[in-house]
Amino acid sequence: MSEQQAPPPGAAAPVPTRSADPAEHTAGTGGRASQVLREVSTGSLGVTVLAFVLALVIGAVLIIAVDDDVAAAAGYLFARPADFFSAAWSAVADAYSALFRGAVINYRADDLAGVIHPLTETLTAATPLIIAALGVAVGFRAGLFNIGAQGQVIMGATVSGLVGFAWHLPVGIHLVVALLGGVVAGGLWAGIAGFLKARTGAHEVIVTIMLNYVALYLLQYLLTTSLFSTGNQPKSRSVDPSAQLPLLLGDQFRLNAGFLLAILAAVFVWWLMTRSTIGFRFRAVGSNAHAARTAGMSVTATFVLVMVVSGALAGLAGATQVLGTEKFLTDGIAGTLGFDAITVALLGRSKPLGIFLAGLLYGGLNVGGRVMEVSTGTPIDIVLVIQSLVVLFIAAPPLVRAVFRLPSPETKEVAA
Amino acid sequence: MKLELQGITKRFGPLVANDAIDLVVEPGQIHALLGENGAGKSTLMNVLFGLYTADEGTILLDGQERTFRGPRDALAAGIGMVHQHFMLVPVFTVAESVMLGHEDTRGGGFLDLDTARRRVRELSDRFGFGLDPDAVVEDLPVGVQQRVEIVKALAREAKVLILDEPTAVLTPQETDDLIGIMRQLKDAGTSIVFITHKLREVKEVADTITVIRRGAVVGSAQPDASENQLAELMVGREVSLGLDKAPPTLGDVTFVVEGLTVRDSTGHTAVDGVSFSVAQGEILAVAGVQGNGQTELTEAILGVLPADAGSVTLAGRELVGMSPHDILAAGLGFVPEDRKVEGLVLDFTVGENLVLDRYDTAPFARGVGLDLKALRRNAQERIAEYDIRTQGHGQEVGRLSGGNQQKVVVARELSRPLKLFIASQPTRGVDVGSIEFLHRRIVAERDAGTPVIIVSTELDEVAELADRIAVMYEGRIVGIVAGDTPRSVLGLMMAGVPLEEAREQAREDAEPEDGAPGTPVDTGTTSTSATGDEQ
Amino acid sequence: MTATDVAPARPAPSAAVVGRTVSYKVPVALGVLGLAALVLFGLLGPAGETTTFGVSGASDLVRIDPLELPSRATAVVLSVVALLLAAYSAVVARASREVPVWLVTVFGVVWVLAFLTWAVAGKSTSLVSLLQGSLLLAVPLAFGALGGLLNERAGVVNIAIEGQLLTGAFGAAVIGSVTGNAYVGLVAAPVFALVIGAMLALFTVKYHVNQIIVGVVLNVFAVGLTSFLYGSVLKEDAARLNSPPRLEVLPVPGLSQIPVLGPVLFRQTIIVYLLYVAVVVVSVALFRTRWGLRVRAVGEYPQAADTVGIDVERTRWHNVLLGSAVAGLGGAFFTIGSVGAFGEEMTAGKGYIALAAMILGRWSPVGALTAALLFGFADKLQQVLGVLQTPIPNQFMLMLPYIVTIFAVAGLVGRVRGPAAAGEPYEKG
Repeated sequence: MSEQQAPPPGAAAPVPTRSADPAEHTAGTGGRASQVLREVSTGSLGVTVLAFVLALVIGAVLIIAVDDDVAAAAGYLFARPADFFSAAWSAVADAYSALFRGAVINYRADDLAGVIHPLTETLTAATPLIIAALGVAVGFRAGLFNIGAQGQVIMGATVSGLVGFAWHLPVGIHLVVALLGGVVAGGLWAGIAGFLKARTGAHEVIVTIMLNYVALYLLQYLLTTSLFSTGNQPKSRSVDPSAQLPLLLGDQFRLNAGFLLAILAAVFVWWLMTRSTIGFRFRAVGSNAHAARTAGMSVTATFVLVMVVSGALAGLAGATQVLGTEKFLTDGIAGTLGFDAITVALLGRSKPLGIFLAGLLYGGLNVGGRVMEVSTGTPIDIVLVIQSLVVLFIAAPPLVRAVFRLPSPETKEVAA
Repeated sequence: MKLELQGITKRFGPLVANDAIDLVVEPGQIHALLGENGAGKSTLMNVLFGLYTADEGTILLDGQERTFRGPRDALAAGIGMVHQHFMLVPVFTVAESVMLGHEDTRGGGFLDLDTARRRVRELSDRFGFGLDPDAVVEDLPVGVQQRVEIVKALAREAKVLILDEPTAVLTPQETDDLIGIMRQLKDAGTSIVFITHKLREVKEVADTITVIRRGAVVGSAQPDASENQLAELMVGREVSLGLDKAPPTLGDVTFVVEGLTVRDSTGHTAVDGVSFSVAQGEILAVAGVQGNGQTELTEAILGVLPADAGSVTLAGRELVGMSPHDILAAGLGFVPEDRKVEGLVLDFTVGENLVLDRYDTAPFARGVGLDLKALRRNAQERIAEYDIRTQGHGQEVGRLSGGNQQKVVVARELSRPLKLFIASQPTRGVDVGSIEFLHRRIVAERDAGTPVIIVSTELDEVAELADRIAVMYEGRIVGIVAGDTPRSVLGLMMAGVPLEEAREQAREDAEPEDGAPGTPVDTGTTSTSATGDEQ
Repeated sequence: MTATDVAPARPAPSAAVVGRTVSYKVPVALGVLGLAALVLFGLLGPAGETTTFGVSGASDLVRIDPLELPSRATAVVLSVVALLLAAYSAVVARASREVPVWLVTVFGVVWVLAFLTWAVAGKSTSLVSLLQGSLLLAVPLAFGALGGLLNERAGVVNIAIEGQLLTGAFGAAVIGSVTGNAYVGLVAAPVFALVIGAMLALFTVKYHVNQIIVGVVLNVFAVGLTSFLYGSVLKEDAARLNSPPRLEVLPVPGLSQIPVLGPVLFRQTIIVYLLYVAVVVVSVALFRTRWGLRVRAVGEYPQAADTVGIDVERTRWHNVLLGSAVAGLGGAFFTIGSVGAFGEEMTAGKGYIALAAMILGRWSPVGALTAALLFGFADKLQQVLGVLQTPIPNQFMLMLPYIVTIFAVAGLVGRVRGPAAAGEPYEKG
């Protein structure tokens, strides 16, 4: 029986560990710094910023294209070109400044509350986005495309809402149970896709897409039942105060403890993916399922667990939406959260910090878009255009570099 | 057609895959391109075939300079290629596969399958291929698929045929058939570039030999050169034949496989009633042509493929029915045959890969938390012990060379107390220096008293390591013989000839170079071998 | 050597299955469904009621009296037939053969008839308008599925069918409205959908971005773009920009007079006839022409196609563009083919059902059409039953296509195997 290996007599003497070599160490540090520089100029950070600029420019072109004043000025473009350009400029500036006012700081407001109101709204809107995107990201990193965050948000919101208004539990416990209900519901809903993938090989993309619609119609049906709804409106009863997420900044603002949950969720996902054995397994299965299997990991069990964790986070997102922001269920409770979460996860490159920032950005765009629509008449849907373009552009750095005429970084071709 | 390559250079980033290569293939000549795995043979041929663009150099056909921007140009110029991994659409029929890219049509773009069928039959009959134009490719044996590939090239009237490692997946018999086909083609005036790293085949069929090492031509030879000379050219130094290993000190027989039957993922029986056993302190090599059930055998022992019948016991414990996780925990060290696919997570760090099958046990795990310090410490120790050339434990394993990647796998598997060690193709695609190192570690593990199973398709490696050799053919063990059994006997057994017959035949066409015929140890495929009695 | 000894080293090695295991999944599923029908629709069904099915429209030359059937007895008979079919499928499965598609289809028809008999008990409904409506609702699904399979056969997964339908619907409405001609709108639909197709090709084929991601994001983009233009331009000037004429019904002389089938199949708009043509053309082109052979090679094994001189990138570009145009044609249905004006997000997930139809139809044009018809039928049935106030909540009918698809991809309706290289970006060398 073999014990720990002793080097055999004939074996070459081991050389010292290379990382213990001081020269190597210095080189490593220098390398890291230059790597950051390189990333800023040609790599991911630079591309992300440029992708955003590019998307905003295309958004601006669209705004200009449909603006009435611009169209009027275009009629006599050759007579007075300056009119055209100033009209175009003011159309874009109005829209984007309204977007900013609505998303970050309303510098035109009279009091402090008014000034910071947009920011709190952004944080509120970002809350479910961040949480759901974390769920999507867990899937991505484990090699699974959870396109079903939408359905999982719906199921989470449905069960959380149900617990919130149908059960009447003591303060404290009620909220926890309601949140857990959402987490479990989202996890189980996504678990269906994980289970089917593990057992039958059914592709999770197809199954989760289909489950989105099943969830939507299920909620629509439930809203017609007396358990959920009292009147004829397709709208549920309101969640008991004991099950609502507490407000963080008083009654003036909708910002609630859900935002703290989003922060906690981000920290949790960071720990899970980088500091736990479960995350190790998720990442191994995601990168190379064959090797994971050969190393004794159960790939199928991992598929199920990944989907459950992913869906549980989406379910939590739904729970914060119904217990914190909306307080009652409609069939639009999830909005386009599930799909936005995918773009947020991509923009954040599936890393918790990145997702947190991307969630704030997209939350801000969504909130600011509403203000923009009201104040300048530019439909909020331009935000969707910008958001989707940003994600497409960051996914294709060569395109962004080509647009901005940037040199391509040293390509690392691999020998065949 | 005369083919000349002049000064072909191809770089991938900093790596020079082909360095100013010159090559002349005369009309109707079989020109062997000999070199180790990764020497740059396939890159050169992909340049010739238009799949890669050369950074420098020219291609001349019958003295005229040609540039190929893609395979289409190469095909039009009369160059055909049979790739190592066949370029056949699995769901197409033979006729469809052959016509793809230069289809006969009835006008309006409608396929004329009848003409295609007729063409396949004509070519097939001319060379005695016996192809059915309507057979679906995925249902055909590999040897037949290869013929489809050759017909594909011939149907386009290829004047130069490139065969890239054509014998890697063939049995010795199929290889003989292929060599016959090559001679026929040559007689019909086709020039053939034959890429291989197998010396015997080169000597048998080549008219002239060019040897490539590390991307450069290092010499040429005639087929009457000795194998040692060729080998030396190929690997760049006197090949040390024979690792100084002591005779095995055998302990108890602790690993026993009995009547193991395994079906592969498509449902056919890949391992058919296999029985053998391995003693402590012994290396059993499983030899055979690739794809005769060796992979499934090891996967079944590991538990990733379920056993249909039979038993596998390790130190008295039944492994069949246990999960891979538990089997590894029971003391199996497992080096899979393809490190990039099964052995490593390429975008994980060296440190993470070194604990891939132990990340959830002490000292690396505390509860569900990972102890990153323990991971780092382990990595530093293994890197030192195995001389893994890396920039540090945090480097992605995918950026290491093949030899260092393999060291990571072997280091991981040997770094814990083992009751059984299985390594499949332990040195495939590994540089010569690392091969020696890895072989020594494997022998050291044996000497520490672990039963060791080596699965290898390279007879050199089998001869180097084995105390006993089990030859597999079509899912069965043809026989288990002593480690010094002559190649001629092994070769016949690898083609399915039973041991006794193989020895008989080998004696008949005995060539003096072979030593004494192998000692039979175990001729049956059903009885358990009593190990330890032959030495 | 037998066929299965050596696993070829190819991306998708799949040797012939020698020891196929007998699978009773399908027979069991059918049996359970059949029993459920017998119990729920038959034995527990309303006694003494009559179900009335109208079988001809008012304008038919040949009038056929409505069928009046005793609800319970009819449901029982149909359920028994369904159970017999299930039993036969068990016999087939026992012989280790795959249960044929026709059997499942016939079972489905019989089962649905049993269900209808029960649901319409005591009331009356017109089979002709039910089928006519089903076909109509199947049109965008079938076009979308055809567009999808044109993509996937060349190895590009098309999740963006939804976006292509939406832009097609938008283009048809706007151009149809501006020109005042529905047929010009019909031509515009595929052209508008090309925008999405071109982006899909650009990002997936040229830049090798993950195809699923691009598809999902493009759907968001399409919603954003069309809703933005709707909100900023179309709403303000709806009379000029969003009041397209609708495509008129063009009865085919003669054929439209065939009882039942005539009005269903041949009293439709041009878009339905185009669908017939498209299914036939795509089928023939894909399986009988040089173009089709090359496309399939690219979708199954692009390296192999490349090595015989087929330009993989160009083939994929062409097919993605073509596929998006075909899907865009289906988009025209939503506006000029039915309600006329464009509305925000009016495709409402139909693109995903089209995707489902493509999968359920196993990437073949006829299969896709069949699946689309099935889903169209479910949709129409849901509308009819909603009006009739039957015991089934219409949300469950709406769920049906999605649930059927989940069962399909989970392997309960036979093995689903798409083009091997779909989803894989192709990088040379």
